[in-house]
Amino acid sequence: MNAIEVKDLRKTYTGTKGQGNVEALKGVTLTVSEGDFFALLGPNGAGKTTIIGILTSLVNKTSGEAHIFGADIEKDRSLAKTYIGLVPQEFNFNIFEKVIDIVTTQAGFYGMPRKEAIHRADELLKDLGLWDKRNVPSQALSGGMKRRLMIARGLVHAPKLLILDEPTAGVDVEMRHDMWTFLRKLNEQGTTIVLTTHYLEEAEALCRNIAIINKGSIVVNESMKQLLESRGHAKLEEIYLDLIKQEKPS
Amino acid sequence: MTPQQMWIAYYTMLRNEIVRILRIWSQTILPPVVTSSLYFIVFGAFIGSQISSIDGFSYMQFIVPGLIMMSVITSAYSNTVSTFYFAKWIHTLDEMLVSPMPEWLIILGYVSGGVMRGLIVGVVVLLVSLFFTHLAIFNVFVLVAAILLTSVLFALGGLINGVFAKGFDGISIVPTFVLTPLTYLGGVFYSVHSLPPLWQTVSLFNPILYMVNAFRYGFLGVSDIPLWQCFGVLLLFMAIFLGVLGYLFRRGIGVRN
Repeated sequence: MNAIEVKDLRKTYTGTKGQGNVEALKGVTLTVSEGDFFALLGPNGAGKTTIIGILTSLVNKTSGEAHIFGADIEKDRSLAKTYIGLVPQEFNFNIFEKVIDIVTTQAGFYGMPRKEAIHRADELLKDLGLWDKRNVPSQALSGGMKRRLMIARGLVHAPKLLILDEPTAGVDVEMRHDMWTFLRKLNEQGTTIVLTTHYLEEAEALCRNIAIINKGSIVVNESMKQLLESRGHAKLEEIYLDLIKQEKPS
Repeated sequence: MTPQQMWIAYYTMLRNEIVRILRIWSQTILPPVVTSSLYFIVFGAFIGSQISSIDGFSYMQFIVPGLIMMSVITSAYSNTVSTFYFAKWIHTLDEMLVSPMPEWLIILGYVSGGVMRGLIVGVVVLLVSLFFTHLAIFNVFVLVAAILLTSVLFALGGLINGVFAKGFDGISIVPTFVLTPLTYLGGVFYSVHSLPPLWQTVSLFNPILYMVNAFRYGFLGVSDIPLWQCFGVLLLFMAIFLGVLGYLFRRGIGVRN
């Protein structure tokens, strides 16, 4: 079964105060297989976050279809959402709340009993190196710790699909590699991962399949290996820049 | 989600809100208590002693139900408008929206938080009022129904305001320029029968008049408005607010992008 199936997805943001409409997605069709580690790349404003927003019900689509493990995001919205764990780009937790409370509260939103939620949160905080910070208000965490807290929160309900929107932005090299190890292990255990990132070496190191989106359209969608081989084993960064430049108006 | 999972999600929202209300009690509970105490002292004790009885009750006894209701209305409203707008502003609302909780459950969670704050403040103000006057309960069912429905109504109103608010200014405009004048003119400090006929008619368009009178009936057994009209207006506005909120959340207006 496919983890994500998107068909002819379109999104137009309505302009306000005389501004024109913005067509953020121009008929995106995309498939992510179950168990995949998938990179969704593209420049700022390309439409990555809009796709993620639609899949997670934060953005209303204009038209098209999207399924998560076969569940339609509109008709079976509640079921589709149980499959997804989201780690958004921006820190979005209450800075006055304790680390453990942020994670267990999220588990509560998924209907997880409190005892189980605490047990699960403890496990994740240990795995992500945040155990000794569990009773600290989140505002006292460093940037890297906050990123890991977001991952713990996104994983607390044991989702089958984890969507990471630039999870390593602002994280130092050592911690980034630790996070890679954690994410690889998670993927080996069966969690499908979709990653958006501006660190192309990160996508190259982690992902088996890749889609590059530019100006609301998919310009590449194939396996990482195929893409690199078809371009004479060039670096992903070179291929990416090449593709994005081709798409730019002269 | 199964009913049990929904209950856990609802309980999570409510527990968080109660913990928050009690943690910052100096911002959530103390201000209305201080304001009401000042009203009791100034209007009840100082000015009230110069005023003859109304419907057979001392002025202090007459205004206490209205003042409790005023605190409940303000607290229930400001709780939902501020927590919802804050959740939108720091995007913690997104975490609820990506979860499988249905929209009605999110609405219920926020409204319950507002009701809890309204009731906590109402009870504390009631206890404070007992230092100033003797109060007997005429009809406990009317009393409980009036305070509960009013806090639900204004928690719903606060949530609608929170959905539309685009900045921190947006969450204070309605309480300052709509709620406060309506409350002051809603028969808290006077019986509408003491007004000239024209203003008696105008007052009937103020929904808060009906709530204050229902609550006053629960305490004193007197009301300017027939009880069925009081509860009719309450239920009508509740149905309207629920309909509006259901529409906004279903369409994602002010909630999702």
